[in-house]
Amino acid sequence: MVPTQTESQPAAAASLEEADRRDLDWWIDKLVEGLVFIGGISAIVFITAIFVFITKEGVGFLGSRFDFSEFFFSQAWRPTSESKPTYGALALIAGTASVTGFAVLMAVPFSLGAAIYIAEFAPPKQREILKVLVELLAAIPSVVWGFIGLSMMNPLIIELFDVPIGLTVLNAGVILGLMAAPIMTTIAEDALKAVPDSYREGAEALGATRWQTIFRVTLPAARNGLVAAVLLGVGRGFGETMAVLMASGHSINVPDSVFDSVRALTATIAAELGETAVGSEHYQALFTLGILLFVVTFFINLTADLVVRGIRKS
Amino acid sequence: MAELAIRTEQLSLWYGTFQALFDVDFDVKKGIVTSLIGPSGCGKSTLLRSVNRIVERGGTVKTTGRIEVLGQDIHAPNVELVQLRKSVGMVFQRPNPLPLTIRDNVLFSTRLHRDRLSRAEQDEIVEKALSTVLLWDAVKDRLDHPARVLSLEEQQKLCIARLLPIQPAVLLMDEPCSALDPTGTEAVEELIWTLRGDYTILIVTHNMAQARRASDECAFMLMGKLVEHTPTDQMFVTPKHQETADYIEGRYG
Repeated sequence: MVPTQTESQPAAAASLEEADRRDLDWWIDKLVEGLVFIGGISAIVFITAIFVFITKEGVGFLGSRFDFSEFFFSQAWRPTSESKPTYGALALIAGTASVTGFAVLMAVPFSLGAAIYIAEFAPPKQREILKVLVELLAAIPSVVWGFIGLSMMNPLIIELFDVPIGLTVLNAGVILGLMAAPIMTTIAEDALKAVPDSYREGAEALGATRWQTIFRVTLPAARNGLVAAVLLGVGRGFGETMAVLMASGHSINVPDSVFDSVRALTATIAAELGETAVGSEHYQALFTLGILLFVVTFFINLTADLVVRGIRKS
Repeated sequence: MAELAIRTEQLSLWYGTFQALFDVDFDVKKGIVTSLIGPSGCGKSTLLRSVNRIVERGGTVKTTGRIEVLGQDIHAPNVELVQLRKSVGMVFQRPNPLPLTIRDNVLFSTRLHRDRLSRAEQDEIVEKALSTVLLWDAVKDRLDHPARVLSLEEQQKLCIARLLPIQPAVLLMDEPCSALDPTGTEAVEELIWTLRGDYTILIVTHNMAQARRASDECAFMLMGKLVEHTPTDQMFVTPKHQETADYIEGRYG
């Protein structure tokens, strides 16, 4: 035993020395580590950069011309007025809120129904096909949705409800609901699939029917994921621009009914920013709308994320 | 001849094209503990899961032959799954309390099957069920806590307790102690023994010592066939078949 030990000691030292050598593999390892780090950190860099940029452009307005009560409580968005420009965003906020709210009302029942069917009832093959189709639906460009709203929904609404114009909260809400539904469905389905099968098995062994199992066990167990799904859908609706611009009528108005035309925050920025002089009051006011949107969507997504984390903890 | 709780006749079962049970004739007497032993994949869990037809959850399951529970053919068209599962309770390998409070777990089955009960009636049901499984003293102050906070042993006892309010005749147990430590195993075994008499208990186990000390009768299965079914004492002392003898002596399994 003893001689082998003395012999093995120099051998071990030699191999240690060898391990210390910075060969090609070592450098590749460092390089990949660096790349992955940059990839990981870039999200933080970009989000910070965007926030700083928007704030920088909007802060001039916030510091001087901005009037809280005018901005939030006045309907008068007249940034191009020669004599006295006013910046009341109430109608724009109401436009975005009404369209998003209507869209969520439309999308939630459909999405939950679809998610429950795909997760709980569909046979495996059908499930795969449906998931792919739902994800394809999410990949349709928003301008195509806007086109559908403008050229198909518009005459349809005029015909069906006998109203003078079809570019309304109803139109934009339906379009936005269809756009938000795939995201909600996918996330809600994931949440339902994450419920352990032993819960369903246990409930069924106690004599629960499939519906009783779903309503009393699976849905409550997936509650957090379902809330997150709805919130992410809301976030999607809130930030959507092109489809809303095309389908909502784009008129400044606090809606009384779903047959009123409205104008969304996002659509306002998209339509007006190209017409303004960089650095002008109007330009800065549009960036202030951007800050508002950014903050609201940030909090919606943050809430959704925290809710999802809530599931993992329990 | 004692009255039978479960009786199978020429029972064969296929998962898709794989045959898991071959012409099983199996009689379980009322009011005693019968254990099913055999190596992994011998079909003992499949047989157990056929009795409340939970085996059909898997999808492509085909059954031939007959299963009677308390004299009633459970594949007859007039048998409702809900009714069957009301009279045949099941305990799973891993404790699977529902994601509800302790109280709601116990009340889950009564809420499925009966009209609304008054708060006092509910309290009585909860106390009675939890007392029967010797869990009442441990949890009576935290009935509104989620069931997941209990230890595995307590969870498994709760899973037994939640079967009791609807008064099943048969309790199926699929390796109920395999997720528990030795203390928990002992406690649950004792509990099973106290339930004997009021309930017919069919228990699948991997643990031969458990089968030996905690069952009245014992059935040995191998490759989807029922090899031998005798009183437990007899099986472990004088097994009739060579395969049984080899298995209980630990030559395979």
